[in-house]
Amino acid sequence: MSTVIENHHDHHHGPASGLMRWVTTTNHKDIGTLYLWFSFAMFLIGGAMAMVIRAELFQPGMQIVQPEFYNQMLTLHGLIMVFGAVMPAFVGLANWLVPMMIGAPDMALPRLNNLSFWLLPFAFGILLSSLFMEGGAPNFGWTFYAPLSTTYAPPSVTFFIFSVHIMGASSIMGSINVIVTIMNMRAPGMDLMKMPLFVWSWLITAYLLIAVMPVLAGAVTMMLMDIHFGTSFFNAAGGGDPVLFQHIFWFFGHPEVYIMILPAFGITSHIIETFARKRLFGYSSMVWAMLSIAILSFVVWAHHMFTVGMPLAAELFFMWATMLIAVPTGVKVFNWVATMFRGSITYETPMLFAIAFVVLFTIGGFSGLMLAITPADFQYHDTYFVVAHFHYVLVPGSVFSIMAAVYYWIPKWTGNMYDERLSRLHFWLSFVGVNVTFFPQHWIGLAGMPRRYPDYALQFADWNMVSTAGAFLFGASQILFLFIVLKTVVGGKKATSQVWEGAKGLEWSVASPAPYHTFSTPPKVD
Amino acid sequence: MNKSAKKTLQLLSIGVFCMFFFSFALVPLYDVFCEITGLNGKISQSKENTSYETETGRDLTVQFVSHNNEQMPWKFNPSEKVMEVTTGKYHNATFYVKNTTDKPMTAQAVPSVAPSNAAEYLKKLECFCFEQQFLSPGEEALLPVRFIFDDSLPSTINNVALSYTIFDITDRVDPEMNHLSMGTR
Repeated sequence: MSTVIENHHDHHHGPASGLMRWVTTTNHKDIGTLYLWFSFAMFLIGGAMAMVIRAELFQPGMQIVQPEFYNQMLTLHGLIMVFGAVMPAFVGLANWLVPMMIGAPDMALPRLNNLSFWLLPFAFGILLSSLFMEGGAPNFGWTFYAPLSTTYAPPSVTFFIFSVHIMGASSIMGSINVIVTIMNMRAPGMDLMKMPLFVWSWLITAYLLIAVMPVLAGAVTMMLMDIHFGTSFFNAAGGGDPVLFQHIFWFFGHPEVYIMILPAFGITSHIIETFARKRLFGYSSMVWAMLSIAILSFVVWAHHMFTVGMPLAAELFFMWATMLIAVPTGVKVFNWVATMFRGSITYETPMLFAIAFVVLFTIGGFSGLMLAITPADFQYHDTYFVVAHFHYVLVPGSVFSIMAAVYYWIPKWTGNMYDERLSRLHFWLSFVGVNVTFFPQHWIGLAGMPRRYPDYALQFADWNMVSTAGAFLFGASQILFLFIVLKTVVGGKKATSQVWEGAKGLEWSVASPAPYHTFSTPPKVD
Repeated sequence: MNKSAKKTLQLLSIGVFCMFFFSFALVPLYDVFCEITGLNGKISQSKENTSYETETGRDLTVQFVSHNNEQMPWKFNPSEKVMEVTTGKYHNATFYVKNTTDKPMTAQAVPSVAPSNAAEYLKKLECFCFEQQFLSPGEEALLPVRFIFDDSLPSTINNVALSYTIFDITDRVDPEMNHLSMGTR
């Protein structure tokens, strides 16, 4: 009798068997896993491209690749890391965690969820296939400024445009799904101001995505029309304006960089709270800080283009608006520090990554403030100082927070504890690697080394060599990360439901590994 | 899916479409903004004579600069590189242009003013940049500009550069239109 019931249960509620499970799945946990693995694959591909870049820059002069190929590596590295690694990783985490954190059985639109994942492999397949096309892959940098990306672009630019359209559609669908889920499927009793901060951070991120991804789609559509249909949006000969491209791009681009950091704020808040064994300091100020950052992100875009020749009033406005962002960001950093203050802290790997996030992201924030000073920016613009700045906020910022999240929640996903000794080794190698790679870039940038060149003047040779050594250390230690994750998936010490002593929240109330279906009946939240 | 979820979904989808069209709306908005404020060295393209001559003008220097875009093979030079002018008075300048190729070609000149805050005080009664230029092989021409600086030009500006970039737009012009290209803009 019981066997029959068991079978019946499996047939309707368990995962399907075989590979088709992953193609046809509408389960938020399956789709979260797909997103995370996809993002990891892209992280390794984009990382390999970074290794090509750093290897070429090991010494001055041209050694390994041709300048044309170097430009293609630079462009694809940027595009893949932004759209292929960081964004899908956060969407994957949202898929896994948002329904479990708000006590919902699944995402609100499960079939849309499946579609928005399965668009991604095609988008990036198209983008990567351009490497093998005549004229090579896109070579105009991830910011694809027109007319470099229109009049002077290789023929593969059309494939690039198409792939940006597809990945844009994917993120728009993903964020619609997140908002509909959060707004309509919270467990009874969970008001907005009781939501876990990761859910808050994703709600805000999803609204940002909905506001700006269509603008990116518009920008690439205009490029497509300029290239193939004889329009002149960005062509001065026909009355268009190349500077307009920069305005439209950065109107998308600045909110985009917050899209890549807001979920990290949510993750860090959870982890610090757990391992400090204290309630998070200033929950509501955290929410308001994220909202202010999101709103300000729409009025600061022109700080990316101070040198195009704007009037003084505009430069002052964008300078002050940019500096204003430091206020809510400072609130967040102080709240994290205040949460740790007098906590009984233990330093498990997620906590190590989270603390490194707070320290190193703040360094990236400070160099951002330096860049916000308009007169100084004329000196720093397009130097390695900018490269150091955005890598500090993206690698030990977004990427460290993703790694922290993986270590923090992987016992819940797999039911196994990761190897604490190996993961600490991974942390320290990454921490040293990332700083050795990017810190010297501040100095060579201030000394005047321009970005995006495959060669450089002799006086920059020493620090470039150091930077390359750090990059290879960081790159190699990610192979260790892959090994640790695989080892945890295969086996390991069994995790309890709560996993961490200080962990709070609905996702820790279900078994580890989380059953295929959770919260079929909503939990009660008080 | 319940009713309220459906409503959220509809609102968000409308939001996505609105933002897509907003990105295209940015194009005219940007042009209007630049023309009103004179930012980016954009000069009002209207031929309206809004400035009347006055007797109270002051002197300033105008430099003329010409550029050829990309592979534009024409000869294109200002007849005079520098001109001493007075605000509140009409002045004429000319640019020499010659089609050096053996094909009929059409060109469009795009103006720009530096410093950009001088742009709103510069009015052009007549300018070759208002029109497309069609030249037969080997043909040459003198292209006129008739302009006036408003008296209210800020006193800090004593030197204005008026620059024209000439573009080959032969491929973009309807072949039939080549013969009557004057005044298509």
